[in-house]
Amino acid sequence: MRDLPEDYSDNSEQPFDRLVARGVTRRDFMKFCSAMAAVLALPHTFAGKIAEAIEAARRPSLVWLEFQDCCGNSEALLRASKPTIGRIVLDILSVDYHETIMAAAGKQAEKSLYDVVDKQKGKYIAVVEGSIPMKDNGVYCCVGGKSALDIARKVCGNAMATIAVGTCATAGGIPAAKPNPTGAVGVKTAVPGITLINLPGCPMNVENLTATVVHFLTFGALPATDGEGRPLFAYGERIHDHCERRAHFDAGQFVRQWGDEGHRQGWCLYEMGCKGPETYGNCPVVKYNMGTSWPVQAGHGCVGCYQANFWDNMTPFYRRLPKVPGFGVETTADKIGIGVAAVAAAGVAAHRIARAIKGKGEEETEE
Amino acid sequence: MQDRVYVWEAPVRVTHWINVICILALSVTGFYIGNPFLVARETSAFLMGWMRFVHFVVAYIFVVNMAVRIYWAFAGNKYAVWQEILPFTGDRMGKLFSHMSYYAFLGKKPPTELGHTPLASAGYCIMYALFALSAVTGFALYSQPHHHGFLQFAFGWVFGIMSIPATRLLHHLTMWLIFYFVILHIYLVLFQNSTSKSGILGSIFDGYRFVPSKKAGK
Repeated sequence: MRDLPEDYSDNSEQPFDRLVARGVTRRDFMKFCSAMAAVLALPHTFAGKIAEAIEAARRPSLVWLEFQDCCGNSEALLRASKPTIGRIVLDILSVDYHETIMAAAGKQAEKSLYDVVDKQKGKYIAVVEGSIPMKDNGVYCCVGGKSALDIARKVCGNAMATIAVGTCATAGGIPAAKPNPTGAVGVKTAVPGITLINLPGCPMNVENLTATVVHFLTFGALPATDGEGRPLFAYGERIHDHCERRAHFDAGQFVRQWGDEGHRQGWCLYEMGCKGPETYGNCPVVKYNMGTSWPVQAGHGCVGCYQANFWDNMTPFYRRLPKVPGFGVETTADKIGIGVAAVAAAGVAAHRIARAIKGKGEEETEE
Repeated sequence: MQDRVYVWEAPVRVTHWINVICILALSVTGFYIGNPFLVARETSAFLMGWMRFVHFVVAYIFVVNMAVRIYWAFAGNKYAVWQEILPFTGDRMGKLFSHMSYYAFLGKKPPTELGHTPLASAGYCIMYALFALSAVTGFALYSQPHHHGFLQFAFGWVFGIMSIPATRLLHHLTMWLIFYFVILHIYLVLFQNSTSKSGILGSIFDGYRFVPSKKAGK
């Protein structure tokens, strides 16, 4: 945790005025503050403090970098059916650079990025989306003639705090899946030693990004994290332990095939390879797209996208256990196990037969 | 005539049979947890819940039982101590090869051992390593929902070495490898029992084995 510097703003405009200008009512605003208190696992009495903090916030600058990504986290941020309050709260931040959504292009756009880096050194927030390739001096991802690695070192290295969004930015994600041709890594590996919050997910949940920013504005410090730099309020509990289908797991009611009776009844997707028991995240509680749904609610198992290297470690997505290397794609551990037991049994039988053929010539004569 | 020799003391026999019960119970419940072959009709059932509960309780019994047997490797009689179990001490390496060549029909029958044969004790060392591997991976998996507590502190490092699905796979494979040892163990005991009159099969029930009187008289 690191405290905010005293003067991180360059703007005295009241954020709440801007929200009112966007048609947000006081009631909507307080509902949002209560929801944020809930996401952060704070008592509801904190809603007032959050409201005060947001009203008093002094517009820190935010730059959003995209490297080896699919823009999915930006999509998650932007693709709501209506502008969410979370989105508007992010407007409390002065988003000075975001390649996908900014109007400026080319040298002008790059200038706005480096203006922030140079003029607000140590006072702005950097958000990174996408992995950073390390192989061959990082030539596999360049923006404006600079490699992603150089940009990340300069921008994240001078930031007050960096938020890595999505599994690509936190641990390399899909670009880092075997054989990882570009040597892709997450921000933590590429730029070690910076103040960093990891929000993995494919995509990350915008509610968690908003809550991280709100925590930052309310307490002037980053939220408490686990060993992988993930905030505990969002990644502290296992999906399986908060899953709405958990009762069916404990009862012993499992979907055996897509579309079978159990699937229609909403039973547990464990046998269909759901990785909820291996994944830490608040998906069952917060859900996606403004609380609309999440994979398991929609009838598909979790693929473990919140975990590092999920593309390698969590596959096959539709089986309980991973493949065993060297034994072919369709070989499961149980088939190998039966094979081992069969070899043992065959060895026993062969020994027995050989023994019978040889006769009992060596019978002990100790008496 | 033959003399009776008290070889397996009560703790050796009791831990052996607790192991048998634990391996059976852990295999059945563990196999169900990995691959739920029964589906409950009513949501009010608690089938997976009970399977997991039994699995975890028996896992604790299994580990405590292991600890008791390891303690007895220091406190037991000369047939139960660790020098008898580790295959590297004294002339046990040489005896190991003579037993292996006998089982491969290459050598003559070595003299009957009253305690563990060197081959058996080498096997038990590997089996205990498998038990330990099974216990460590199992408790690491068990620590997942309790990940702020002692279990996370004690076993969380496992997930620093391998992913959670890989840990699950390894835990699963240890069951099959233990089956492999169980098959060999039962067969070799029956084989010994039919080729020697030392009473090896009965000894795990009452603790006594038999030796010709002249040997015991020495």
